[in-house]
Amino acid sequence: MNLDYTPDELAFRDEVRAWIKQAYDAELKQLMSQSKNGYLDKAGQVKWQKKLAAKGWAAPGWPVQYGGPDWTPTQRYIFQSETAAAGCPIVSPMGIAMVAYVIMEYGSEVQKQRFLPKILNTDECWCQGYSEPGSGSDLASLQMSAVRDGDHYVLNGSKIWTTHAQWADWIFCLVRTNREAKAQSGITFLLADMRTPGISIRPLPSLDGPIDGEQEVNQLFFENVRVPVENRIGEEGLGWTYAKYLLQFERGTAYGSLLRYLLAKIRRIAREQPANGGGLLIDDPDFRRRYAELAVRVEAVDAAELRFFSSVESGTAIGAMSSMFKLVGTELQQALSEFAVEALGPDALPFVQDSFAEVRGRAPPVRPVPDHAAAVTPLYFNYRKTSIYAGTNEIQRNLLARHVLSAAGVRG
Amino acid sequence: MDFDYSVEQNLLRDTLASYLADHYDFETRRAAVAAPAGWRPKVWVDLAERLNLLGAPFPEELGGLGGGAVENGIVMEELGKALVVEPYLGTVVIGGGLLKQAGGALAAQWLPRVIAGDVVLAFAGAERQVRYDLGQVATTATLRDGGYVLDGRKAGVTGGPWASHLLVTARSGAGLSLLLVDAQAQGLTRSDYPTIDGGRASDLVFEQVLVPADRLLGAEGGALPLVERVADEAVCALCAEAVGAMRRMLAETVIYASQRKQFGAPLASFQVLQHRMADMYTALEQSAALTLVATMKLDRPAAERALAASAAKAQVDKAAKFVGESAVQIHGGMGITEELSLGHYFRRCTAIAAQFGNADFHLRRYADLSLAAA
Repeated sequence: MNLDYTPDELAFRDEVRAWIKQAYDAELKQLMSQSKNGYLDKAGQVKWQKKLAAKGWAAPGWPVQYGGPDWTPTQRYIFQSETAAAGCPIVSPMGIAMVAYVIMEYGSEVQKQRFLPKILNTDECWCQGYSEPGSGSDLASLQMSAVRDGDHYVLNGSKIWTTHAQWADWIFCLVRTNREAKAQSGITFLLADMRTPGISIRPLPSLDGPIDGEQEVNQLFFENVRVPVENRIGEEGLGWTYAKYLLQFERGTAYGSLLRYLLAKIRRIAREQPANGGGLLIDDPDFRRRYAELAVRVEAVDAAELRFFSSVESGTAIGAMSSMFKLVGTELQQALSEFAVEALGPDALPFVQDSFAEVRGRAPPVRPVPDHAAAVTPLYFNYRKTSIYAGTNEIQRNLLARHVLSAAGVRG
Repeated sequence: MDFDYSVEQNLLRDTLASYLADHYDFETRRAAVAAPAGWRPKVWVDLAERLNLLGAPFPEELGGLGGGAVENGIVMEELGKALVVEPYLGTVVIGGGLLKQAGGALAAQWLPRVIAGDVVLAFAGAERQVRYDLGQVATTATLRDGGYVLDGRKAGVTGGPWASHLLVTARSGAGLSLLLVDAQAQGLTRSDYPTIDGGRASDLVFEQVLVPADRLLGAEGGALPLVERVADEAVCALCAEAVGAMRRMLAETVIYASQRKQFGAPLASFQVLQHRMADMYTALEQSAALTLVATMKLDRPAAERALAASAAKAQVDKAAKFVGESAVQIHGGMGITEELSLGHYFRRCTAIAAQFGNADFHLRRYADLSLAAA
């Protein structure tokens, strides 16, 4: 039992650091400092992901045969930690971290060759068609219909909360192909070209206040959309199985380093904001107490994640742990973003809608507050999503309770 | 990076767990802590001689098993699961830890006696007029005729009535000194009392107590770094003990909730209780991991070591309170009786929270260490 990295792992960490230093350039950094949701605009996002792809690091979890880097769990942890600690943008997960795994596991050889290289290199962007207006946590109740017509399925219905649908070339969808069967077994997994006639996008601007075209989520309408049968994954009616397989990748984030980055942001705010009664916020006893309480919670998440990565390496990992990390990780994302807003005090108020304006050469907005205040309040609003997406935190508690109440949970 | 226990470490855990299962059931323990002595010296002899356990964290050349802080954590977690009152913390973790860190002739002479179970040690660091700051000491050690003269008072000495020897902090010269003192020394008065967790403690008065000069641990006036280091070791050990206690409280709660029926259904079928138990599990697992991390950082530079120990204690105290209070609540009326072991784990965790710095103390230390000038 030890916490030390091996010389090889230390060398790898240095390599990652050196690469970030040159690849995470001024333009990307400037965009990121103004980001209201952790993403850049499409051009910035594609630029970052193509840099990762060129280095061979775009898809840490992929097998070597499809272009993955063949890392150990510890190397993956180091990579995630270093990129998060440097404040790098997140990689859009829908292609690389979601549909790709389903294609690898259940797709045909033709589908693998058609889609995987373009996903890896961000030549095509993807979005996810799961939730519907009537189906949130109860996903299996989804209603969007797909009726077979010769070599095509004809889709009618609506999908919602579709992240960056306006940037997407493709969508992966759960659709209902059988209304007689019980909910889970009438579902089929389809890939659809977003340019297919009959698909329309309604932006859903979220509370962080995006400009037109930069919205994070959307509602999609499908009106007699014809999708070739060859774009079906696996068998008709087995979509739920494939979707469940995907879920385990959706919940695979390392939160500790991201949370440490948020703590660093808060320290920076506190070193510059005034305190009541004079002096700086960083010396205010109330601030220090709240900071310590949150930072200790971050230490606890980080320690549990370290232990988890180590258990993955030794093959003793417990699946329910991913629910725990989603739960405590997102609760802390929210708590820290809330604390950051409060640390800003009155500087939390000014709102900049077009936050990327300067970088993109558009008319610069009025910026009455210092740099460290940029996008802090929008991020707080945006982070409300974290306890809702990928299985609400209430669902995660259900899953965790199932584990705790099982024999495995009662190990004295 | 590796969080897996070695074969030897697993063996250590299993050996101790199996001994405690056979000899330390709840009713026997309850009778022992209610008796005047408050502990069972026979158990101590067994730990030393049958299990060879008291040498777990000490070097082999002194008769130890060659382990360290991780071994202490393993032992403490198991002791926590069985509510063991016998003074492993005072004798092995703190007393042995101070001797090991001080080194020299004193360690060579006394560690083998610790390992053999021949001595029982207690740490006399705290005083009534301070809360948790171990550097704030009014007791004095004055050099006279080639020895020290101790004068002052110590409070809340855990395991005091059972100790053959005491490790006493005192001001001398420029700073803090640490002395190994016979519990029977002339001029030492002890007043003993029970503690809320079934343990025993003493308040001590030193009046012109003579201590030979060769009973000084570390440098005269320079013992503070030594004491702070071993206090962090004690913090990690207490955290491990609390993790053991939390595991039992959660396990008993899950069993109770699965068996007890109300409104025609097991308590475990109610979502509001399921979520509470999920949160208990989350608090426990994070505490266990953070305790391991802090334990593995005990050999790091002082600031890093202290930061990790304070994070662990703050987290564990909060988690143990939440797990304990929730376990009592889910057990309903039965949870507040002395009949169930549950409440005794809860009491022990409450005592742990008040030792070697409570959550407030450690949160402030954490803030001071992590918010130092940029």
